Amino acid sequence: MSGGANPTGPGAGRAGGEPLHGPTGGHAGLGPGGHPAAAAAFVRDEARAHWHDQALWFVREKRDRAASLVPDWEELREAASAIRAHTRGRLADYLEEFERNATARGAVVHWARDAAEHNAIVHRILSERGVRRVAKSKSMLTEECGLNPYLAARGIEVVDTDLGERIVQLAGEPPSHIVFPAIHRKREEIGTLFHAKLGTPEGLSDPTKLTEAARHHLRERFMTADAGMTGVNFAVAETGGIVVCTNEGNADMGTHLPRLHVACMGVEKVVPRLADLAVFLRLLARSATGQPVTTYTSHFHGPIAGGELHVVILDGGRSGLLAEPAFRRSLACIRCGACMNTCPVFRRSGGYSYGYVIPGPIGSLLGVARDARAHASLPFASSLCGSCDDVCPVKIDIHGELLERRKDLARRGIVPLRKRLAMRLVGWVLAHRWAYELGGRLARVFLRRAPRAIAYGPWNAWGRRRELPAPPAESFRDTWRRTRGARRG
Amino acid sequence: MADDARRAVLDALRGARAPPAAAPDLSRLGARFPDLPARLAEAVAAVAGTLVRVPDAAALAGAVAALAARLGATRVCSAVAGVPGDVALDALADPHELEGIGLAVLPGAFAVAENGAVWVPTAGLRHRGVFVVAEHLALVVPAAEIVNDMHEAYRRIAFPGAGFGTFIAGPSKTADIEQALVIGAHGARSCAVFLVG
Repeated sequence: MSGGANPTGPGAGRAGGEPLHGPTGGHAGLGPGGHPAAAAAFVRDEARAHWHDQALWFVREKRDRAASLVPDWEELREAASAIRAHTRGRLADYLEEFERNATARGAVVHWARDAAEHNAIVHRILSERGVRRVAKSKSMLTEECGLNPYLAARGIEVVDTDLGERIVQLAGEPPSHIVFPAIHRKREEIGTLFHAKLGTPEGLSDPTKLTEAARHHLRERFMTADAGMTGVNFAVAETGGIVVCTNEGNADMGTHLPRLHVACMGVEKVVPRLADLAVFLRLLARSATGQPVTTYTSHFHGPIAGGELHVVILDGGRSGLLAEPAFRRSLACIRCGACMNTCPVFRRSGGYSYGYVIPGPIGSLLGVARDARAHASLPFASSLCGSCDDVCPVKIDIHGELLERRKDLARRGIVPLRKRLAMRLVGWVLAHRWAYELGGRLARVFLRRAPRAIAYGPWNAWGRRRELPAPPAESFRDTWRRTRGARRG
Repeated sequence: MADDARRAVLDALRGARAPPAAAPDLSRLGARFPDLPARLAEAVAAVAGTLVRVPDAAALAGAVAALAARLGATRVCSAVAGVPGDVALDALADPHELEGIGLAVLPGAFAVAENGAVWVPTAGLRHRGVFVVAEHLALVVPAAEIVNDMHEAYRRIAFPGAGFGTFIAGPSKTADIEQALVIGAHGARSCAVFLVG
């Protein structure tokens, strides 16, 4: 992490605590307008959208600098992709090997088919031991399962301890990014929130002082938690260990004080050998934040002395995704967030416009895999520019899979009627040369002659925030016909 | 019920029929640095730590004492032979009593030149969490124990039984508020690496 300057766009002084994600307080999918409607709401505040764009581009640039300093970067990506492909081919075997070795080192392994089973298992472990307060470090999987509200409804307090996650938890919001959960919030807004919730002085917005306040607040929670919960970055079949990476040290604060540690992981988190970790750890932090490695890369083999370690392994639709040849590679994701930071759509539309726990390009793939109807608009929230593929440390063909998913949704009839009809019309025009030529001719005349109010009317989505290029006097085809390709001096 | 879920998940994964693929050869990956201590010093600085070179073990105690004085750390806990402390880790019955330790001095097995991380196995420690609860951290690594990269690092790590070990690269940090780097989020507010010899 190089630190340094921060993007502070125009409008950086805006403060307040109004929710930016709609009233649900969770990732309950989007309204009927899908991603376009949610994104339109985000870009309405132009200054803020610009600031968000810059904040993420800043991270993207840090990632570029870090990657460029590693001479074997491309070989590392190849190796990571190959390890994942190899593991997918024997996933059940490796999970059994992990279970065997984890058990031999004193951990207890649990299996869950879906979120409901996952939550019930975690609740049972906690409630049987009289746990009232849990210190939890970042876990996208528990967000996916809706674990926090599930436990809260049963009288167990879950304290999110990653600073960004604590901020959004205090604000009653879900994370808007998987690495920077509160990246959509400005320092003044966080200052207002901390003033209300943690009693910091009014108007305090210095990140160092706000972080210090959070440190004291969360220390108290760590000292009084009955159990620690974490996600799992990697599970190692060969040794039965789990690896958790943080910069803040919150996973360690949460798991070295109480006697109970519950770790939750998806089936795709397993790697075969300890040596494989070297590949992923050289890629992960550089891709995520531009650091050479996270501050703490903690390897848990068995429980703390005299305590318990429980590992809950969730399928949650992953086996279904594994069965889809066109989409199974998205299971390789190591949750670095690089595809979000580089995505022109994510940067300008914000994490909440996706309505899924994992936003951005990879989230669009995972969300649709989980529930195609609820997230049908997401594969279209992409320009298919392919920047995500270029930065992906495990070389997932993200834009290719997004395109495949569009076709898949169309085949299954899960595309809005308007888009279906429009595509049919365009397909017909492109298949008939005379219609294509006539269409071009009419469009050129229309755009030249029509009054602006009509040419830029509500029908013209492309002209909404930008000027259309001046229409040429004749088409390329006309020019060719006129000159017959005659050579010019 | 529990066995049903286990069986169902494993069956579903096998039923997915993902094609077999060979595990890749990782032997050609890695970074090589001609001057390991110099590179390590750069890498530690890049992760906001400080590297202090100490000529020998005899000079270590003085160097650590100077650090403690500079930090104003009153309760010092040391797990490094020859470095005195005023808190005995073994005397603490409960890990919550780690709270308030000003400086923890811990042995690192080796350091990684590529990224400034130090491998800290906690097998010899009564309370494995001391590295994160202490306000400041000092890691002691013999100068001969520097590896180039993470590939070399994992060739030196084994987990024959239960245990906890962690790579530590600099002090605790966060950038969760507007990308501003802040040192000292939850764990150590500073991290000094003493390279001995």
